[in-house]
Amino acid sequence: MPFRLTVNGTTEELDLPADMPLLWVLRDVLDLTGTKYGCGVAACGSCTVHVNGRAVRSCSLRLEDVDGPVTTIEGLGDADNLAPLQLAWITHQAAQCGYCQSGQIMQAAALLADNPDPSDAEIDTAMEDIMCRCGSYSQIRAAIRDAAGAMRGG
Amino acid sequence: MSRLGRITRRTLLVGSVAVAGGVAFGIWQTRRPVENPLVPAEGVTLNPYVIIDRAGTTIIVPRAEMGQGVHTTLAALVAEELDVAFESIRVIHGPAADAYYNAALLRGGLPFAEYAQTGWQQTVSGAVGKAGRVLALQVTAGSTSTIDAYERMRLAGAGARETLKMAAADRLGVPRAELDTDDGNVIAPDGTELSYRALAAEAADFPVPEPNLRDPSEWRYLGRSLPRTDMQAKATGTATYSCDVRLPGMKFAAVRRNPRLGGAMRSLDAAPAEAMAGVERVIELEDGIAVVADTTWTAMRAAEAAGIEWESAPYPPDTGAIFEAIEAAFEAPYNARLRDDGDAETALAEAGGDVLEAEYRVPFLAHATMEPMNATAHHTGDALELWSGNQAPILHRDAAAAAVGLDAGDVTIHTTFMGGGFGRRTETDFTALAARVAQAMEGTPVQVAWSRAEDMRHDFYRPGAIARMRGAVADGRAEVFKAEVAAPSVTRQTSQRFVGIATPGPDKGHLEGMFDQPYGIANYAVTGHLAELDVPVGFWRSVGASFNGFFHECFIDELAHAAGRDPLAFRLDHIRDEHAASAHTLETVRDMAGWTGGTPDDVGRGVAFTFGFGTAVAQIIEVVREDGGVRIRDAWIACDVGRALDPAIIRAQMESGLVFGLTAAVHGEITFADGAVEQRNFPDYDILRMSNTPRITVEILENRESLGGVGEAATPAAAPALVNALFDLTGERYRTLPLSRHLRFA
Repeated sequence: MPFRLTVNGTTEELDLPADMPLLWVLRDVLDLTGTKYGCGVAACGSCTVHVNGRAVRSCSLRLEDVDGPVTTIEGLGDADNLAPLQLAWITHQAAQCGYCQSGQIMQAAALLADNPDPSDAEIDTAMEDIMCRCGSYSQIRAAIRDAAGAMRGG
Repeated sequence: MSRLGRITRRTLLVGSVAVAGGVAFGIWQTRRPVENPLVPAEGVTLNPYVIIDRAGTTIIVPRAEMGQGVHTTLAALVAEELDVAFESIRVIHGPAADAYYNAALLRGGLPFAEYAQTGWQQTVSGAVGKAGRVLALQVTAGSTSTIDAYERMRLAGAGARETLKMAAADRLGVPRAELDTDDGNVIAPDGTELSYRALAAEAADFPVPEPNLRDPSEWRYLGRSLPRTDMQAKATGTATYSCDVRLPGMKFAAVRRNPRLGGAMRSLDAAPAEAMAGVERVIELEDGIAVVADTTWTAMRAAEAAGIEWESAPYPPDTGAIFEAIEAAFEAPYNARLRDDGDAETALAEAGGDVLEAEYRVPFLAHATMEPMNATAHHTGDALELWSGNQAPILHRDAAAAAVGLDAGDVTIHTTFMGGGFGRRTETDFTALAARVAQAMEGTPVQVAWSRAEDMRHDFYRPGAIARMRGAVADGRAEVFKAEVAAPSVTRQTSQRFVGIATPGPDKGHLEGMFDQPYGIANYAVTGHLAELDVPVGFWRSVGASFNGFFHECFIDELAHAAGRDPLAFRLDHIRDEHAASAHTLETVRDMAGWTGGTPDDVGRGVAFTFGFGTAVAQIIEVVREDGGVRIRDAWIACDVGRALDPAIIRAQMESGLVFGLTAAVHGEITFADGAVEQRNFPDYDILRMSNTPRITVEILENRESLGGVGEAATPAAAPALVNALFDLTGERYRTLPLSRHLRFA
């Protein structure tokens, strides 16, 4: 089925099954491998991207249900133009193995867009569904707090 | 892909002294020069760890980065001596090569308690470590990478620096002793600067002089928290894991194998899979199928659609029967008695009715790395190229070569970043499987990805284990401590798989964390019983200590309680005279947490101490009763690593190890029914989240006499500290895990 999909500002014409999850469209069709497969059942959060600015689990979102522009970790910022969250992630060395971190950052970005000054409890609630097997949660929380401050200040 | 170009073997005398430089210092007795496996497409290699080309300096870190920060710390060892700006270097894993053997890993395999090694034991350890080279164990495991590299990679940096100075001395007509180095330049007394890039080609022609290592007081990088070399890539989604490899014309494959592990496939109806749009091919394996398709999604769905009947497994079909087999091991003669101080049996008989007896049990556990197993392979008839996130590149290369009938020399392996390892990625199964699929698809690169369910149901599990503990106290001290531990042997299974021999003799790994703890107890006996069981088991972060730490430290708590003593003071009394540095970690954590021995009614505190991987770790955990259940609110860790090379990375590993241990204690359980693992995905195998992970405070000490490992050290104490805290809170002594079977957590 033909679809028009906008990812990171670029619109693609795609001919793919309607029920193909967005995750695999991104990874295997568009080669945007920053978004990760972890569980396939929206339980771990590694595949989190934005659709219309909202954080969604791309492994469980069918292509036909994508109702707006998609932003992935690659669209949030890159080495030459780091997003405040990415900069905070580097400063706090939030990643260990790093595999879940795209999902962590995208979930955090959606949180800060809604709530520019979240409390620790609000951060915990918002990030609750994004697993990190390395257990780097304390650094992730600290990075989110710092990025929030930087975004409010700048 | 890399700067290395085609990898061949070539002996370069240049650099050999720098790397095997231990000859001069008596570290290695193997006197033949090491083969430098590096043949850069451009530029010059000064030894197996350094390439200098027009773009600058590349440091080869031949240990796998799975989150533990090894690329940063090992690169810093070279950079410190080489005198290059840390921010300017490039770090790569490099090829599979014998030069990169891990001597420290094998040394750790001897049945001696590490905290108390004597001179002759260290001599024996050194000789055995040398065999690591013979066995080509380029393995990232056992928290040994930094210990192994500490001298070797600093010598490599220093040797390279000195040859660059020799080249400059030759060019400038100035004695080498008058030259200095800084940030990638040799500097002459008159201020003339010659860049390493300009000197590298000439330097490669000089023999390496005996380098002196700098005194730690002169260090610029080591001892400081450095910017991790992998962080920007991981924050921008550009770090390449093996599942992110994309090659021209590459196909995607999924696997479905017998969930009854070790059983074969009885029958296959491939038609439903083959009928699906996008499916290219169904490949039959002895124990299942691989489906090659246009996307991973199609391949995974098609694999599920195939009609398959499975044969049964070679082990008992359910958890109950499996644990009966583990229990039966107690009836057989013991495999090892690695501690036998005093006379435990007589002392127990004399204690009569005052003997404390308890049985502890832990379940099987999966690794559940965030990145499920996968590898990418390209078979071109007479050669095979592999991309695999793995902890043992030579073993993986050789297993893949054997799987497709090629010589190891015709196989190239690229070791990518790993989305978690925890021991799982030492196993070669997923790389060999990718090689077989690629062989069937000759000429086409194939990425072979496992679904989460395939990953969780085809693991090499942390074994289930049972401990039978007996003890007695007198005058406020432990008079007897006797432990018997039964489990299937990880050591035997892994050595059988990796080198083809199930190592005979006493199994140290089985009793690690139990026999080697620095407690002075008059009658102290530890014996291991190995269960005959064909459930696949393997290295799982901290291995034997992952269960022995729980058994040992909970029973010590029981003895403290029986003696009517404060559990922390009780431990100190037994440890202080045995190992002062260990006692100091306990005192430190006591002060960090403000431990008083008392807590309010709705608060519980527990302490645990473990010594393992060369590092002493003391932990206190605080739990509180809340409306939703028990909350694990705070954790304090004091660790003595001997020398802290990168405090931020050590702190991160302490936190990570603790959370890994707590996750297992609270949630972790793999069960079997009808021969298959019942858990398929995270909803059945939960892990701690940001919201229920405690606040963690870490203090790093440097009193130990030698360097300790950090990747696994904090895991063993987590479960006992928590269980002891729950005892303080509830009065209940939970002797079986996971704890979520006993109570609700907030």
